[in-house]
Amino acid sequence: MKPAAFEYHAPRTLEEALGLLEEHQDEAKVLAGGQSLVPAMNFRLARPAVLVDIAHVPDLDRIDEADPASVTIGARVRHLDLEHNTIAGPLGSLIASTGRWVGHYPIRIRGTFGGSLAHADPAAEWCALARALDAEIHCRSTTGERTVGAGDFFEQMAFTTCLEPDELLVGVRLPRLGDSWGVGMAEFARRWGDFAIVLAVAAVERDGDSIAGARIALGGVAGGPVRAANAEALMAGRPATAETAAAAAAAAAEEVDPTGDIHGSADYRRDLVRAMVTRALDQALA
Amino acid sequence: MTARRAELTLTVNGQPYDVAVEPRKTLADTLREECGLTGTHLGCEHGVCGACTVLVDDEPVRACLMFAVQCSGQAIRTVEGLADGESLHPIQQAFWEHHGLQCGFCTPGFLMLATSVLESRPDIGDEELREVLASNLCRCTGYQNIITSVHSARDQMRS
Repeated sequence: MKPAAFEYHAPRTLEEALGLLEEHQDEAKVLAGGQSLVPAMNFRLARPAVLVDIAHVPDLDRIDEADPASVTIGARVRHLDLEHNTIAGPLGSLIASTGRWVGHYPIRIRGTFGGSLAHADPAAEWCALARALDAEIHCRSTTGERTVGAGDFFEQMAFTTCLEPDELLVGVRLPRLGDSWGVGMAEFARRWGDFAIVLAVAAVERDGDSIAGARIALGGVAGGPVRAANAEALMAGRPATAETAAAAAAAAAEEVDPTGDIHGSADYRRDLVRAMVTRALDQALA
Repeated sequence: MTARRAELTLTVNGQPYDVAVEPRKTLADTLREECGLTGTHLGCEHGVCGACTVLVDDEPVRACLMFAVQCSGQAIRTVEGLADGESLHPIQQAFWEHHGLQCGFCTPGFLMLATSVLESRPDIGDEELREVLASNLCRCTGYQNIITSVHSARDQMRS
């Protein structure tokens, strides 16, 4: 239970960090909060030859609210800071309620938003939230910056993203949600703080008593976070009622194709999808 | 492969410790083996059990998930820093009085976790406190006496 030897760098600027990633390519791993990477290193599932600790890179720990239409969350913003965020409106409440489910309290103190996305655990809360809101993910290298939508960022293989070895995830842009939106988040885990078996994140836009549009993302049912497209389509234009929520939850359970493992069979996960989507939509429509 | 050792000064319980460690040495192993502070216990070594919880700049961290090289310049607090000479810290006294430990292996982690949360949020409610204490594992007490101890310390530290 001791990590393999590595070379440690703690760059003081973004340029220096990117230079190190360019130099060492896939020999290097980025260290932020270390709450997923270090366990993997202790088990020697990960054996990076070089660690690039971004703790001292300026500005990555900021939540940028300057744009009236969006919020950009810096890569190193911690789970705890998101749980206690001051972002206005439904987006702020969705981030806060989702943050509460990320690991245990000491993990939320160290772990980071960008780290969670780059790690891409299929049961990660932030990955599902990013997928639900079509987050734009800013990836930087020495040659420049590209922006990737969450739908393209996560590969459908667990722990896999489109990040190149020389790229650093620097920030994530989320659209602000106006007052016509309702949001909800539900998760099932055996014990508080454990990894989700299934989780659902929902955001629903109302048009009076009916539904203008819905976004539903699921974790724990595939290699990466997935959208329940059939359920979303079913809700559009229907009345904003518990019956619609129940119909959407049934559609979501129908369209997923989960794999069973020791934590739950495929059928069990499918049933959890129905239950979690119902709960998340009930919050969103309340 | 042996990496070059990094020379750094750790500040633990207000005392400076000059150490030379490989970058891969965790804070927990460094405290125990380099600083001689064996009050910090290692259970699972992958961030699940919380036995190695120490405070870094007053926040609780799993010391098995942090490398010592990351901690240069930060204030580290361990269980050895709780008591003032012969007089126990209120959290230690409460664990004693309410039978908050049996074998004692998990105790340093629970004490540091509880200390941090009671210092930063003296008015924390019972429900939230229960959630925070769920971060660490104890295989003896069944948790009830730990919760009772921390409630008692909370009331003591407030007054």
